[in-house]
Amino acid sequence: MFGYYLSLGLRSLRRNPVLTALMVFGIALGIAASMTSLTVFRLMGSDPIPWKSDRLHVVQLDNWDVNQAYDEEKGRLPDQLSYLDATALIAAGRADRQVAMYKVVLPVQPANDAGGPEVKPYLMLGRATYSDFFPMFEPPFRYGGPWSREQDDAKARVTVLTQTTNEKLFGGADSTGKTVRFDGVDYTVVGVLDRWQPRIKYFDLTVGALTEPEEAFIPFTTAIDLRAQSSGNNSCFKTPAPGWDGFLASDCIWIQFWVQLGTPAREAEYKNFLDAYVMEQKKLGRFERPLATLLPDVNEWIALQEVVSRDVEIQVGLAFAFLAVCLVNTVGLLLAKFMRKRGEIGLRRALGASRGQLFMQHLIEAGVVGISGGIVGLALTGLGLIGVRALYSEFKAITELDWTMVGVTLLLSVLSATLAGLFPTWHACRVQPASQLKTQ
Amino acid sequence: MLKMNHLSKVYRTHLIETHALRDFSIHVREGEFVAVTGPSGSGKTTFLNIAGLLEAFTGGEYFLDGVDVRGMNDAARSRLRNEKIGFIFQGFNLIPDLNLFDNVDVPLRYRGFNAAERRRRIEQALARVGLSARMKHYPSELSGGQQQRVAIARALAGSPKILLADEPTGNLDTQMARGVMQLLEELHGEGATIIMVTHDPELAARAQRNVHVIDGQVVDIEAEPRMRGPGIAVPQAVQA
Repeated sequence: MFGYYLSLGLRSLRRNPVLTALMVFGIALGIAASMTSLTVFRLMGSDPIPWKSDRLHVVQLDNWDVNQAYDEEKGRLPDQLSYLDATALIAAGRADRQVAMYKVVLPVQPANDAGGPEVKPYLMLGRATYSDFFPMFEPPFRYGGPWSREQDDAKARVTVLTQTTNEKLFGGADSTGKTVRFDGVDYTVVGVLDRWQPRIKYFDLTVGALTEPEEAFIPFTTAIDLRAQSSGNNSCFKTPAPGWDGFLASDCIWIQFWVQLGTPAREAEYKNFLDAYVMEQKKLGRFERPLATLLPDVNEWIALQEVVSRDVEIQVGLAFAFLAVCLVNTVGLLLAKFMRKRGEIGLRRALGASRGQLFMQHLIEAGVVGISGGIVGLALTGLGLIGVRALYSEFKAITELDWTMVGVTLLLSVLSATLAGLFPTWHACRVQPASQLKTQ
Repeated sequence: MLKMNHLSKVYRTHLIETHALRDFSIHVREGEFVAVTGPSGSGKTTFLNIAGLLEAFTGGEYFLDGVDVRGMNDAARSRLRNEKIGFIFQGFNLIPDLNLFDNVDVPLRYRGFNAAERRRRIEQALARVGLSARMKHYPSELSGGQQQRVAIARALAGSPKILLADEPTGNLDTQMARGVMQLLEELHGEGATIIMVTHDPELAARAQRNVHVIDGQVVDIEAEPRMRGPGIAVPQAVQA
């Protein structure tokens, strides 16, 4: 009977095209609004590195002002470390992998010997980091690979370029072994990344979750040696001593610090190590606040830093409220449609249809409206996401509709319409056949 | 075939009780053509609705083809209605956006026949009423008389035990009414059991037996049927 009900549903849609169009577009609009918001919400909150997110941890220590918490409102610990602590933890080397890093500005001075169009000098953002960055966060390599730990120690002038930078400077060719000049210093290219755009830049949330990864990577030690200043967030609770060395010796925080720990036991072990480190530092007169260390993993970090902000949650809520309004409208239209069919319902009852059969028939008819609304809604969702991308370029990586969301859209649409159809269907099936058959 | 004993039907509102049928008894045998007559508001249609299991009754007994219908749930009543009863309405009650084939198909769908069986029955039923050439036509493309023929084909297709006709010629002009009446007589001649509600004495006279209803009660009943036609036989076109 399902096929029969489905064909009746489709036939019924054709019976009154204007009413049908109103219902389908009503549902489609509600679906498109909610799915556009939900897609952004879902991708923002989704695990950016699911295969190892539980093994990557941010190191949080609290060496802030004894009289004033770092985040008085929400009680969060500082999100970065000072140079003193970062280098001490690197030197201790107690994690399976570890990385201290910060954002730098790299003035690029192209050699223009690739034979392509001339590239004028320009500024780009780079990341000063350790070689462990690459096996920890796993950006894909197109050519070459990361530099070595020995090159970290040697403060080597080496770099890994992103695909975009390699395209710009070397026309996309294999540039490993070639030289690029950043701020008057020549660096040897050891690797070129393939296209890499994590949905959110979880490894450095200090200047926004949706910013793109930097365009080149250089060793942290080299950047420090060359006195490359941080172009990210620098927070100090007291004025540092003057000069570069004064800044490095200060308690200002400006370095993101991540560790990779293979097991929960290793995590507990590392946490004990951090606590011991802080207790040791307290003896030296630092870390005056109560002992507080944290090792959130990737997903805990994303939640802690409120990547999915309250605004986004409210927006999703409003979009679903709009869907509810659209569904109320659909309830009204379906009610009108089914009431116009009272005669036919009475007739079908007289010809042997039970209430249950008629209920199923009309629920499937509502479902047909839903699937039609879902298909139109899917197209509108696509347009909505294009609109979000056009308005907010930083949302590019989180405004793609994947197959899961296509499925969710269609399912939500059918469920919504079926739900909206429940009352009109129940109402229509209460028709007394005898009263309708005389009035036809 | 159809037996009602001391049946009553009371419509209640918070202000008033209306006795549509009271102490209503009737027995229709297999193969009979019974005309139920009476003035407007006498209870003819209420009787027909109860006979067709479209309305519940308040008191008394009702046996349809030997089945006691009291206390049946909706699904069981619907199934019994689908299997045993064919309706012919004054207003034809065809579904306008279904063609003739699909209109006749409606009761067969609820019966659960397979596609081949449904097709066979639809083609036979439409052939029986002389409309097999117009299976793909829509009701709006037919005259009133032809529409009523389609309604009769729909009623016949499921091989019901009894046909209930409510003023079957009420919406037709004289010539078309004559044609429809002739068809009903032929069906009766082939063995069909028919109960026809009418207030037209001329039509009632063509039935085998007349039952007169006033104020919800049978006031005049011919106990023995007048024999008509060639005898009782199941219509060939709708043999199960």
